[in-house]
Amino acid sequence: MTDFWFQFLLALDSTLRVATPLIFCAMAGIFSERSGIIDISLEGKMLMAAFVAAATAYATGSPWIGAIAAIIVSILASLIHGFACIIHRGNQVISGLAINILASGLTVIIGIALFRQGGQTPTLPRTSRFNSLELPFVDFMEQNVPIFGIIYKELLSDHNILVWAALASVGVTFYILFKTTFGLRLRAVGEKPEAIDSAGISVTRMRFQAIIIAGILCGLAGVYLSTATGAGFVKEMTAGKGYIALAAMIFGKWRPVPALFACLLFGFLEAVAARVQGVEIMLIGEISSDLLIALPYLLTVILLAGFIGGVTPPRAIGQPYIKER
Amino acid sequence: MQASRLPRYVDICVIPILNLLTALFVAGIIIAIIGENPFTALSVMLKGAFVYKGGLGYTLFYTTNFIFTGLAVAVAFHAMLFNIGGEGQAAMGGLGIGLVALSLGGILPVLVVIALAILGSALFGAIWGFIPGYLQAKRGSHIVITTIMFNFIASAIMVWLLAGMLMAPNQMSPETISFQNGVMLWQFHDILNRLGFDIGRSPLNLSFVLALICCFLVWLLIWRTHLGYRIRATGFSPKASTYAGYQPETIIIITMAISGALAGMMAVNEILGVQHRVILNFTSGYGFTGIAVALMGRNHPLGIIFASLLFGALFQGGAELDFEFQTITRDMVVMIQGLIILFSGALAYMFNPMLEKLFLNEERLKEPNND
Repeated sequence: MTDFWFQFLLALDSTLRVATPLIFCAMAGIFSERSGIIDISLEGKMLMAAFVAAATAYATGSPWIGAIAAIIVSILASLIHGFACIIHRGNQVISGLAINILASGLTVIIGIALFRQGGQTPTLPRTSRFNSLELPFVDFMEQNVPIFGIIYKELLSDHNILVWAALASVGVTFYILFKTTFGLRLRAVGEKPEAIDSAGISVTRMRFQAIIIAGILCGLAGVYLSTATGAGFVKEMTAGKGYIALAAMIFGKWRPVPALFACLLFGFLEAVAARVQGVEIMLIGEISSDLLIALPYLLTVILLAGFIGGVTPPRAIGQPYIKER
Repeated sequence: MQASRLPRYVDICVIPILNLLTALFVAGIIIAIIGENPFTALSVMLKGAFVYKGGLGYTLFYTTNFIFTGLAVAVAFHAMLFNIGGEGQAAMGGLGIGLVALSLGGILPVLVVIALAILGSALFGAIWGFIPGYLQAKRGSHIVITTIMFNFIASAIMVWLLAGMLMAPNQMSPETISFQNGVMLWQFHDILNRLGFDIGRSPLNLSFVLALICCFLVWLLIWRTHLGYRIRATGFSPKASTYAGYQPETIIIITMAISGALAGMMAVNEILGVQHRVILNFTSGYGFTGIAVALMGRNHPLGIIFASLLFGALFQGGAELDFEFQTITRDMVVMIQGLIILFSGALAYMFNPMLEKLFLNEERLKEPNND
């Protein structure tokens, strides 16, 4: 039993690590989509940011400068999205798709041009990465506090600063969306942009602000992948995480806290998938980790189809706003 | 999409070409920034795609893939549905071919197996389009999200089957055993060799003819049948078509099934034409390229043929880049594809105000002369 408990704690620990980029991207998606802009380019922005973070951290030796550069590039990608769908009223899905495809091509081409390593960046030394932080009194807690002591050591300690930032981003998102005037306007612009417009607030400006925030958050997700958990950029390293985050955002019904739980659930499924390959379970037989990986997508489809409660996306989502004259 | 006041020929020819040139121009700048000559790269690509022996065959082989996936996206677009699930539908199409070929090969005559395998690809693709269509029509789930999710689900199913039940014994890579001898579509270089012509080896096979037939059938469907009219009416205004008694729900489901069937048939080219067994990831992003193809081809079969040829040349020419340059690889093609989707899709109307000024002013100037 203790062994099971320990294994479970380790699974939760890796859940948190796997879920971190999902949480950043899901919050990014919430900002963007709550303002009425569909954002399937979470994946592409995260990929670009991951590359820029690793390349800059390698060149400068500082993960912090890498992070800033990554966030700037991710914001630029957001601005392209905004230029296409807010200013030119282009199709938001097509624009997002273009950014994703562009990102997977550009990162490799520039990577080869700069480093000649087949699209990878050189491995980053410890000093150019965000390393895990051991919390104080870990051993003292483990020896003297029952139950919580081991949770403290195995689950809470030894995470890098971005894991904590991701969790904090949920609170910040919640606060901005539901407790500030800006958040109220942002939600209104995604539901009824005419109302915001007639109140004399620029819909264009609100939407641009929303997607810039989304850009910052996707940037952090990329930074996490290449300079915190990873030690450099690898071709296609986001591997569909942006789409899982999109699924988590929908699963959380465009709300920050439920979306956090969806990210943790999907992260947990992935963490479990990595551990159960070949494990036999009574009555069910061998669990296939290949199929377990598809579970987040399947759950999202089932939820969207209204089989587990209804889902209402922001009302004005996907529609370009045309100012009446 | 917004209505254009421009003359028809500007809308159909000038705008796509302008958008394409913008995309290529940006790609050229990027090539220049990484220190290579964009014109050398272009000439290498053109030679690789059309001039070198077998190059044209490869170009037309890729063209075949893009015709199928482009048609799939276009048919759905006519009903204002955005099918991004071509990737998953094509993968399932490959599974359909595999199941037919592996279970019936050796039992039925070869030609019958081939015909059934082609139908199998269409059927499996259709199912993978039907379900998102059904969920959109009856349960209100957004087709874009559902088809994205279905791509991932299809990919997981393929890994599960090809690395499990269907995996060839004594084999390390996830793929099935080869189909029975003869269960394949003939390749053009073989056919022409027998007739005494040598065109160089390429994987171009009879699927190309099948793709062209599909183009004709799609044209017939959309513009010459009642169903096609209902599809376009549903896309134009679901409310009006309900009023006309067209049941948009049914139309959405049928359209998505047709769209999925077309995407599924892409597997005919790759699996029956070349691999003769089911392998993992044979779709290689061609489903997504179909979106760019449909956008460039303006959802018309003829436009799709030209756009597919363009992308076929890009893919084949892109392979040539790998040999000639150290710094430019096939990934350049992925980037160009992204730029084309951006400029001819999301920013399709960027040049409209400028062009309207240009062409409409001209017409206004002409008017006094006509008096």
